[in-house]
Amino acid sequence: MLRYTLNRFKWAIITLWAVITLTFIIMHTIPGNPFAKEGAMPPAVYENLQVHYGLDKPLLTQYGNYLLEVVQFDFGPSLKSSSISVNDYILKGFPVSLHLGAQALVIAIFFGLILGVVASLKRNKWPDYLSMVIAIVGISVPNFILATILINYFAIKWHIFPVATWATWQHTILPSIALSMMPLAFIARLMRTSMLEVMGQDYILTAKAKGLKRSGVIIKHAIRNALLPIITILGILTANIVTGSFIIERIFGIPGMGDMFVKGISNRDYPVILGSTIVYSAVLILLIFIVDIAYTLIDPRIKVTGEKK
Amino acid sequence: MKKSKFSVLALLMAIMLILAACNGGSKETSNEKEGGSGDSSGSKVLNVNNSSEPGSLHPANAQGTHESWILEHTFEGLTKKTEEGKIVPGSAESWEISEDGLTWTFKLKDGLKWSNGDPLTANDFEYAWKYALKPETAADYAYQLYYLKGGEAYNSKKGKEEDVGVKATDDHTLVVTLEQPTPYFLDLTSFYTFYPIDKKVQEENPKWALDAKTHVSNGPFKLTEWKHKESLKIEKNENYYDKDKIKLDAVNFALIEDENTAWQMYQSGELDIAYPLPVDVQGQLVNSGDKEFKNGAELAVYYYNFNTKVKPFNNAKVRKALSMAIERKKITENVAQGGQKPAFGVIPPGIPDANGDFQENTGNLFEENVAEAKKLLKEGLAEEGMKELPNFSILYNTLDSHKKIAEAVQGMWRDNLGVEVTLENAEFQVKLDREKAGDFEISRAGWVGDYVDPMTFMLWETDGAYNDAGWSNKEYDNLLKEAKSTMEPKERMAALHKAEEVLIEDMPILPVYFYTKPYMVKSNVTGVYAPINAYPNFIYADKK
Repeated sequence: MLRYTLNRFKWAIITLWAVITLTFIIMHTIPGNPFAKEGAMPPAVYENLQVHYGLDKPLLTQYGNYLLEVVQFDFGPSLKSSSISVNDYILKGFPVSLHLGAQALVIAIFFGLILGVVASLKRNKWPDYLSMVIAIVGISVPNFILATILINYFAIKWHIFPVATWATWQHTILPSIALSMMPLAFIARLMRTSMLEVMGQDYILTAKAKGLKRSGVIIKHAIRNALLPIITILGILTANIVTGSFIIERIFGIPGMGDMFVKGISNRDYPVILGSTIVYSAVLILLIFIVDIAYTLIDPRIKVTGEKK
Repeated sequence: MKKSKFSVLALLMAIMLILAACNGGSKETSNEKEGGSGDSSGSKVLNVNNSSEPGSLHPANAQGTHESWILEHTFEGLTKKTEEGKIVPGSAESWEISEDGLTWTFKLKDGLKWSNGDPLTANDFEYAWKYALKPETAADYAYQLYYLKGGEAYNSKKGKEEDVGVKATDDHTLVVTLEQPTPYFLDLTSFYTFYPIDKKVQEENPKWALDAKTHVSNGPFKLTEWKHKESLKIEKNENYYDKDKIKLDAVNFALIEDENTAWQMYQSGELDIAYPLPVDVQGQLVNSGDKEFKNGAELAVYYYNFNTKVKPFNNAKVRKALSMAIERKKITENVAQGGQKPAFGVIPPGIPDANGDFQENTGNLFEENVAEAKKLLKEGLAEEGMKELPNFSILYNTLDSHKKIAEAVQGMWRDNLGVEVTLENAEFQVKLDREKAGDFEISRAGWVGDYVDPMTFMLWETDGAYNDAGWSNKEYDNLLKEAKSTMEPKERMAALHKAEEVLIEDMPILPVYFYTKPYMVKSNVTGVYAPINAYPNFIYADKK
């Protein structure tokens, strides 16, 4: 188990290094430079900026210096914003994105599971149809449309929640709902299918035949087993929510990580691009790592394969 | 085994719940306490949106509107501008100009202070300007100080700091020596690169501008809170000489990038001023008669570059034909929808001439005329040995409004001239790269003037840094040289009028419209005005 974990960890680090290197190469080959403006900059000003940010050095030196800095968890300055370093960006933005993502995920899991269970238990009756209509809406309506609708009614018309920014807990409600709808729908559909499958299994029939209460059978035997496929997708779902909330963060003026990457690219702000790529990759790699380790707990065959190596 | 699977899920859910519980509700409710018009403390707090996190609140390192809006309220230069755009004394009390226009002597007001109580002297101006020019500072806008004698040489490491033409001869006197006569120099002294910085603070703590706790300024307001990427707060500066005229106690700046969201916050009462407005909202408001809607002039022109190095756009007749065949009024009324003014020249209204308004005196330098355009196109193509226009494209940077305008132009050329053009969308940085490399036929462009003088729109000198059209005309170059050599207003303006005529006669660019500045102000807010080259100003605003 330890050897398997170490092996997975080694590959996680190699993957991260490969991501950094590839991003560095791509970043310097795409057209555009961070200091370009409408109308050319006087050569002296341009040269001073290049020297100030070390961009006058050969690419290999820049790459080496960058790797050395990253090892020390220093992601460098932002080329566009001297008031905030890339470290500040991440330290400020990541917890906010994580908070938003976690809150959305909790809503998605909680209501998704309830909808899925209800739909399966009331199959082909109105609760099933209603749950699945909600699920279809959640999957097919983009979250930015949903966000606009929520703002229009809950903020502008009814004044229940504020329109935007991230000051109090009330500010977190609408964006969390908007962000949670897609995963909620996904979980609801998956849970419904999984429950229906489990409910048809022999051991459920046996349990029922034994005369156990219906509620006991559902909670103890059906739901618990139907949850298994949900675990499998949780890692990816979490990564998607935490890292993929750019539009929601923009609409609600949330100071998260979302805009950092996109703006970094459009500004050719090299340290910001690299810093955000590293964080996003690290989150994904970490979650995949956790899921891999979790699999070994669930399925001993994986552990055996790992140890053979 | 089942147990362990369930434990993993339970653990994950527990982590999520704890995270949500820890973060939610623990934040301070600053917006709630001070936001909106219902303020329990009775203090007057204005809520506005700055659109984006300022890159820097150090006058030397600032480089755009996200910084300038805050700096204009927290700092003050030697001069400032009134609602009518008149230049009046700021930190300076008076000034004298030598006859040759090269030496400007500013006398500072008595008793000026920084927001931390330090006395503000002429040395702070000298120090700040030289600091911005220092190569190690790597200031984007250092070139704004190239007007100073020796400024460019020092910035490009070819000259010495002591040779830069700015000197504090005593605490109250600042003597500025310029490279050449610059009649609009006074206008420049109200621009943020020309603001002073507290020499003592800068030398003791070079990072003073990064934090509200250490930020020191000399304007009507001072920075008191800066939550990065979230919000900013400025409060009345008790050390400002004119503090009795400042009625607001504080201004909250939200940092919302999405124009639609900011507009919704304005509608819900969370913001008192909405600027900029989403394009479709502008369209609805322009003719609505809404009393909260204001539409100020803007010192900017929207135009297309012709690549004059590429056939057949090297031919002036072809360029003129294309320019004469579009209907600008339709574009401003149906597409741009912000009350913009169709442009038949490049210099927008609002710039003073020797007498009157420069643009009004110029009038229209060409007319839209489809029949004439067809004739010119035929002639121009024949001169280039062509029968019809080859495939070409309009290059524009990714923005819905640019796309719509390009589509309108595409349709007008098709209908009026039978010319087919493709539209090419590129990311802003890529568009800039391609323009600099001459890799385009026609490209979208815009220019916002740096100062209120026609010279700021004279961008097309041979090999000029802003001349993406690659155009060269000796007469135009000579007229600009003539205008730069004199302080005599009539002579100068005559040369600039002539230069604009030469430019439009040869048409290396296709002017489309002059921008406007539509914004909304709540009816309980008074005293907000929009200078032609700045965001709405609320230094003297009041809130009931």
